[in-house]
Order: sequence, then structure tokens, then C-alpha cells
Amino acid sequence: MSTDISFVTRSHEENWLPVLELAVEEVFEIMLGCRVRPAAQSEHTPSREFTAMIGLAGALCGILTVCCSAKTAGHVARGMLGDTAGSEAEVVDALGEICNMIAGNFKNKLAGTDERCMLSVPSVISGGEYNLHSMANGNSVETVLLFEGAPIAVCLQLES
Amino acid sequence: MDKIRALIVDDSSVMRKIVERSLRQAGIDLDKVVEASNGAEALAALQTNTVDLILCDINMPVMDGLEFVRQVHTVESAKGVPIVMITTEGSESHVVQALTAGARGYIRKPFTPEQVKEHVLPLLGKKP
Repeated sequence: MSTDISFVTRSHEENWLPVLELAVEEVFEIMLGCRVRPAAQSEHTPSREFTAMIGLAGALCGILTVCCSAKTAGHVARGMLGDTAGSEAEVVDALGEICNMIAGNFKNKLAGTDERCMLSVPSVISGGEYNLHSMANGNSVETVLLFEGAPIAVCLQLES
Repeated sequence: MDKIRALIVDDSSVMRKIVERSLRQAGIDLDKVVEASNGAEALAALQTNTVDLILCDINMPVMDGLEFVRQVHTVESAKGVPIVMITTEGSESHVVQALTAGARGYIRKPFTPEQVKEHVLPLLGKKP
């Protein structure tokens, strides 16, 4: 799927949500062999025990975060590596890579943006007692998807 | 198929394992797998290891994958070794930069084992 950037820039929140959700769904389907589906945010509040984040700079400037519980992060790592995955280092690495691939897949779907948008290396926070203050004070697009019945929140915050 | 010695360059150890697994799923008989977490480590590893195939990420700290590809010809034993980029960077400019620098293949993450097979086997003289 490719989206015309001139169309997209008219209304970020309205038009980018399905692109972001598709980017997430594809990453989980290809790398973990499982389907994730958007869920009502009001019914599913993801834990923030693990937060992976990656910076975007250039045509898109901001941050993309992926939040989930420690148990779900462990399931993601095992989905990628098999049952051998278990250490926190592997869980952190796996979640960081998922975040990296979602961001890359998302920007690659925005025709004309992928050429002019760079990604940082991902970072992962473990432990939910924090507040994230992003300097990207523009539009925000957030979705919650269910992975093996557990919610994962994916949020894109961009500079206006 | 002869046994293959591969160098896998990615700052994620999880991704290095997935790439190795994908090579095995493609039917490639791996004799040895050398791992590096960035381009500089990869260049150092090539000083003491001879490989038949290199798979390399682009976005990495210290030295990125494009710079590694530009410099790899300085290592005598690595001259002519096919390099396949495996990266989230899917833009045409990145593909052109990588191929111009000397990469022989380009796979976008997320990727399937079938894509690895399709891109890598021809470089080893095999049909996918």
C-alpha cells in the first residue's frame, strides 16, 4: 500500500491511522507469523512496563513509541526467536526491532516521505513509572492492537 | 551446495539470529556465521575471517551499513564477496546508494525467509 503524501498531509490524524495500523499488522504477520487487530482504546489500556521508541527526522519529525506489558514483550521476543528467547536483553532487543520495523514500514508507505525521513536507532525503557515529554507538539496518532489477546499501544507524535 | 561462511552485520542480536535462521530456512548450509554489531566491527572481523556472503543492516551506530559497503573493498579477502542489505530503509535513494556502493542485493524489513532465499541464492550461484 502506498499513500499520496499530498492527500495525507491534509489530515494527519484521520488519514495516517489506517496506514499506521497496516504497518503494525504487516510487521507482526511477517516477523511473528501472527495477526494483530485494532481494538477499542477505551476497552484495552496497555501497560507501559516496556516502551520502545524511535525518532524520526526530516519530512516527518517526531517519535514513534510501542508500549506493552512485560509479559507481552516476552511473547513478542519468543514470537521472533522461538522459545529460546528469555533474557531481558533479548526482550528489549526484540521490542526495539519491532518498533524500528513499524516506523520504517510506516514511512515507506507514505509516497514521497520515505526519501526524506530518517530514523534513529531504537531505545527501550523498562519500568512504567515515567512520563514521556516529547518535543513533537503537533499531531498525534495512536492505536491499540491486540496481540494474543493482550493490548499493545503504538503512538506516533509529530511536530506540527 | 557447498558450505557457506556468512558475516551478518546488525546492531540487533535478535535480528542477527533471525537472519541466520532465514539463511538456514533458505537451504543454505552454513559452515560458519560471523556476527558484527556495526560496520567498524564488521571490517575488523573481516581482517581475521574469510566469508562467502555478507548480510548488512544500514542504520547502525559507530559505522552505518552504507559506509561499511564503501569501505569493505579495502579488505583484500572481502573483495568480490556479495553483500545483501537487510534494512528498514526502503527508499529508492537508499537502494541506489547501496547498489552504487557495491551491494548486490537489497531486502526490506520486515522480510520473509522466502525473500532471503530469492535474493541470496542467485548470488551463490543457485536457483531460488
